[in-house]
Amino acid sequence: MTARVGVVTFPGSLDDKDAARAVALAGADPVPLWHDDADLKGVDAVVLPGGFSYGDYLRCGAIARFAPLMGEIVPAARSGALPVLGICNGFQILAESHLLPGALTRNASLRFVNRDQVLRVENARTAWTGGYSERQEILVVLKSGEGCYVADEQTLDHLEAEERVLARYVGENPNGSYRGIAGVTNEHGNIVGLMPHPEHAVEALTGPSTDGLGFFASILTHLGARTPEPA
Amino acid sequence: MARVVVDVMLKPEILDPQGQAIAAAGSRLGFEGVEQVRQGKRFEVEIEGELDEAAYAEVRRMAETLLANTVIEEFEVRPAS
Repeated sequence: MTARVGVVTFPGSLDDKDAARAVALAGADPVPLWHDDADLKGVDAVVLPGGFSYGDYLRCGAIARFAPLMGEIVPAARSGALPVLGICNGFQILAESHLLPGALTRNASLRFVNRDQVLRVENARTAWTGGYSERQEILVVLKSGEGCYVADEQTLDHLEAEERVLARYVGENPNGSYRGIAGVTNEHGNIVGLMPHPEHAVEALTGPSTDGLGFFASILTHLGARTPEPA
Repeated sequence: MARVVVDVMLKPEILDPQGQAIAAAGSRLGFEGVEQVRQGKRFEVEIEGELDEAAYAEVRRMAETLLANTVIEEFEVRPAS
């Protein structure tokens, strides 16, 4: 059986179709999930896509966090059982849900940044990055106005000590993120939050590279290893 | 009906580029002696009935859960004057 990866649509999600397409290109079955429907439909993993859920009112992700479907996702993810990838707004939702430490705030430049961006994968042992090698540099797309990752010094030191920094920006820091952090993971490595967009770098026709496909291929491998297919 | 004010501010250690931009604009416009500006949010919450301890506690709970992200923000709850 092919792995089933749910992609959640909130009001204001933009990149749910691209995320579903990336899931399909990697060889898994994308399953559309609706924020207001507290039903995970038996998916093996979940992607929280980019966009502007609830218009980014209050704070990015602050209202999406309380969607009925999040009531299903949060405990399953926190226990380490359900792999979840939050991209951009999805990362903001994971931070607001306290599934990942820190928060995403206004870019230090106060400008929306939209560009191709090189990242260095710092942790290639998570459910979503197992297909990369440590310190591999990948080219993906960054497009966000509130992508500045912040946390207190103690939290940052703790993240570094536990090797939970997932990826860092290479070259000039595009948004002022503390210690150049582009993504982080939880202690189980099943939850990953990433500000840039791997789902926009999966095809030569539309992306700057196909480096982003690794996230979706990694989860497929991870799920395959966890639940071997019957012979 | 009573009104409660919730002020939300970024914690001091969190960078506030909007406040910095406002401070810079202030100096450019000739407002003297402005050293720093921090930008926050003010919520006015109207509640049913009297502002008793229970109602106050409920607004405090809402501030902690929804209005502020306590990872990066501090809040203060007070009766509207």
